[in-house]
Amino acid sequence: MGFQVFVAFGPWNLLLLLVALECSEASSDLNESTNSTTRHEPNVQFAAASSEPDENIPVFVLDYDYVQIPYEVTLWILLASLAKIGFHLYRRLPGLMPESCLLIIVGALVGAIIFGTDHKSPPVMDSSIYFLYLLPPIVLESGYFMPTRPFFENIGSILWWAGLGALINAFGIGLSLYLICQIKAFGLSDVNLLQNLLFGSLISAVDPVAVLAVFEEARVNEPLYMMIFGEALLNDGISVVLYNILIAFTKMHKFEDIEPVDILAGCARFVIVGVGGVFFGIIFGFISAFITRFTQNISAIEPLIVFMFSYLSYLVAETLYLSGILAITACAVTMKKYVEENVSQTSYTTIKYFMKMLSSVSETLIFIFMGVSTVGKNHEWNWAFICFTLVFCQVWRAISVFALFYVSNQFRTSPFSIKDQCIIFYSGVRGAGSFSLAFLLPLSLFPRKKMFVTATLVVIYFTVFIQGITIGPLVRYLDVKKTNKKESINEELHIRLMDHLKAGIEDVCGQWSHYQVRDKFKKFDHRYLRKILIRKNLPKSSIVSLYKKLEMKQAIEMVETGILSSTAFSVPQLAQRIQGTKRLSPEDVESMRDLLTHNMYQVRQRTLSYNKYNLKPQTSEKQAKEILIRRQNTLRESMRKGHSLPWGEPAGAKNIRYLSFPYGHPQPASRHRRVAEFTDNDSSDSELPSIMFKEHSQRDLPQERYPTQEIIPMKSLYRGRKPTNFRYQRNTSQEEHVGQGRRAALRPKPLFRAVDEEYESGEESAEEASAIGPGWPPEHRPSREHHKSHSPLLRRK
Amino acid sequence: MLISSDQIEQLHRRFKQLSGDQPTIRKENFNNVPDLDLNPIRSKIIRAFFDNRNLRKGPSGVADEINFEDFLTIMSYFRPIDITMDEEQVQLCRKEKLRFLFHMYDSDSDGRITLEEYRNVVEELLSGNPHIEKESARSIADGAMMEAASVCVGQMEPDQVYEGITFDDFLKIWQGIDIETKMHVRFLNVEAMALCH
Repeated sequence: MGFQVFVAFGPWNLLLLLVALECSEASSDLNESTNSTTRHEPNVQFAAASSEPDENIPVFVLDYDYVQIPYEVTLWILLASLAKIGFHLYRRLPGLMPESCLLIIVGALVGAIIFGTDHKSPPVMDSSIYFLYLLPPIVLESGYFMPTRPFFENIGSILWWAGLGALINAFGIGLSLYLICQIKAFGLSDVNLLQNLLFGSLISAVDPVAVLAVFEEARVNEPLYMMIFGEALLNDGISVVLYNILIAFTKMHKFEDIEPVDILAGCARFVIVGVGGVFFGIIFGFISAFITRFTQNISAIEPLIVFMFSYLSYLVAETLYLSGILAITACAVTMKKYVEENVSQTSYTTIKYFMKMLSSVSETLIFIFMGVSTVGKNHEWNWAFICFTLVFCQVWRAISVFALFYVSNQFRTSPFSIKDQCIIFYSGVRGAGSFSLAFLLPLSLFPRKKMFVTATLVVIYFTVFIQGITIGPLVRYLDVKKTNKKESINEELHIRLMDHLKAGIEDVCGQWSHYQVRDKFKKFDHRYLRKILIRKNLPKSSIVSLYKKLEMKQAIEMVETGILSSTAFSVPQLAQRIQGTKRLSPEDVESMRDLLTHNMYQVRQRTLSYNKYNLKPQTSEKQAKEILIRRQNTLRESMRKGHSLPWGEPAGAKNIRYLSFPYGHPQPASRHRRVAEFTDNDSSDSELPSIMFKEHSQRDLPQERYPTQEIIPMKSLYRGRKPTNFRYQRNTSQEEHVGQGRRAALRPKPLFRAVDEEYESGEESAEEASAIGPGWPPEHRPSREHHKSHSPLLRRK
Repeated sequence: MLISSDQIEQLHRRFKQLSGDQPTIRKENFNNVPDLDLNPIRSKIIRAFFDNRNLRKGPSGVADEINFEDFLTIMSYFRPIDITMDEEQVQLCRKEKLRFLFHMYDSDSDGRITLEEYRNVVEELLSGNPHIEKESARSIADGAMMEAASVCVGQMEPDQVYEGITFDDFLKIWQGIDIETKMHVRFLNVEAMALCH
């Protein structure tokens, strides 16, 4: 496995390594030579000119000291990025081992280089830098990308497991190691209880996010995924809180002076720190959501607001000695919902990517440090301590998992099986968090710090490499219950119905349940919070934002499929129009609505696939290819098939044609016009679309592709063309093919994602319902008009 | 279907509360449950309590009032699946629960969920949200029906007509979804559970 990684590095990685080597050699030479010069004379002259006194202007100078720190940091980050590129080029690799493996290897490599060249690594990592700059982005990113609905559904279990689990692990490991230290034979008797407890708390900080990528490959079921995710989220916070409390204890007294009152105070402090942090986070989340309400004219600063407020929440919490990590997490979670609706599409994208980037950089730096520390002279290897640490880590994690889940299973409607629990136990992979906390132990209070660092490194290496690599096969071997996320409308509907049914029955029985809490919260949210925090004209402005999002996608796809639109999308123009002018043409209204109807779900996809190192890749190219394939297929199909419709129609009122698109502002005149356009088509042609639907519904391919297919070509068809072009005939011209393809690809499925969250989707379908806007490809319009011509719907308007 | 005696006690108390100490409950009594008002599908839920098919009193029709025994019958649909049950019993339970759901959709008791009924369900589901218009709900329902057709019937002949979703089709749709864990109410979760019918 390791070899493959190295192979995957690629030639430019090697080149970079060589460059790095050169630089470090050069710099180490320089360091020796410049050591003698004073700080105030940064210029170093070459040998040729060095014999002269300082009157000559140096022709060529090399000033490495000046740039050393940023230069090396940049080089490290670049190296890690290149390694990641190599890692992902080899497709199977991300599913086999967590990306942290790769980062550790790179770190070790850099460490080896630095050690080998005897270079003094820049003092980038110290306590304040870590806690103030490196840690917040990582935590912010995990909080922001957390899938909220599953999280809150499982929140009881998650809190129980993450909170108590961390405590049990910390104290268990600490106490067991203390007992081991008492054994004189191991030479550890100078490590007292407090130090052991501290070590226990920092070593119990797991970083299982690394294994989440592996889980995704294996498609494990949602509750299991959420448990691990939730644990990752809260674990850092809890460990750091514990760590700080214990450090305070260590500084405060010698062990014998600690009284029970102090311990109680410590516990109380723990609770206050946690809850206080969350509280501050929520407040800051609301403030920033509120501010983004007013930024429509200056959308460039929206990302700034998001980041600054999150960071501020962290800093404020830290000032008050509350848990900054929990604060920033709570801030991200609160903020996300409202901010997403308020900010512009580009800001939204910027925020996402920037967050990923920042957290990537932080993590890389930490891992590089880890690698640098690994290869070095400051280790203290104590067999007993290290082996027992490893053993106890596993043992205590097993104890905490099985005990805690046994209890929480009693209260869950869908208990976790033993297999699930085994997987949770095995996913206890340590990561950068533990290392940082160990590295930052104050040497004055911990004379045996090196031993702790060594032990931490061993545990990290062991868990990341051995557990990280084998957990994938283990999941598959145990055949853990998979998620069955079939994206189907029916499923969505039924689940929605079930939620309400359950809530209703529980109401009837007079029982409390968390469905009701969620319902109540949603109502409160709807009635008050959204009014305050989200921009006015909600349906319309959401349409605008949705419109923009879709527009962007369309533009990309259209370019890719080579169909250019003659009309430009002008968003500001749209915005103006939406602001209430009545000059919109009804066709635009309808087309917009149709478009939104069919595309909405793609925008609102449930992000269950959380990958720390990647955002979901855009599948626009695949979609474009799909379209081309489908067009050919539909063409073939249309040549062969007959005419009648799939739906039996017992009574006139029940309109079989499923294409009863919502349509809003009635403009009978134009509609009739359009009808007239189409009625002169052959009736046979009119049947084609529905049959094509049928065909396509059999070939049920991932729905994501559909909306974009729908979007594309009709636009060009529609704009300013004469009616005759709309004939659904077998022409060889591009547009017609496109037209047929388009219609064939029409699917109702996209609507369903809209039903995802009742209120939110409500908003969006509402938007579609009241959507107005120019320039939208009325891809469904022609077919719809067709149907209208035959349907009673038209008469109603 | 048996439930433990504590729960029967509890439910009996609740029954008396709802009925105002009368031996039977009528539809109007459900107005005493304030939270139910906010539920978008409340009419369907209430109707389900009085549905003769759920009460096992007949193939169709709606009772005027139900007594405590009927109340328990309805509640028993929401019992959790016991881990000790074997596969066959689990399947039976599942079928019963799905049948309950099916009856909720199929309001005219003809054994099929027609497009109109489906539309009705979707409209009710989305009725909680003032922004959605009826047409959106309608198109959603149409699409769902289409999808159901494709799942249940597969490739359709050009002249074939799809009347509606039958119970077997409904089972097919639900195949991947685990109703056992979704459709049960927490308080009924006790060890001493007997089998479903």
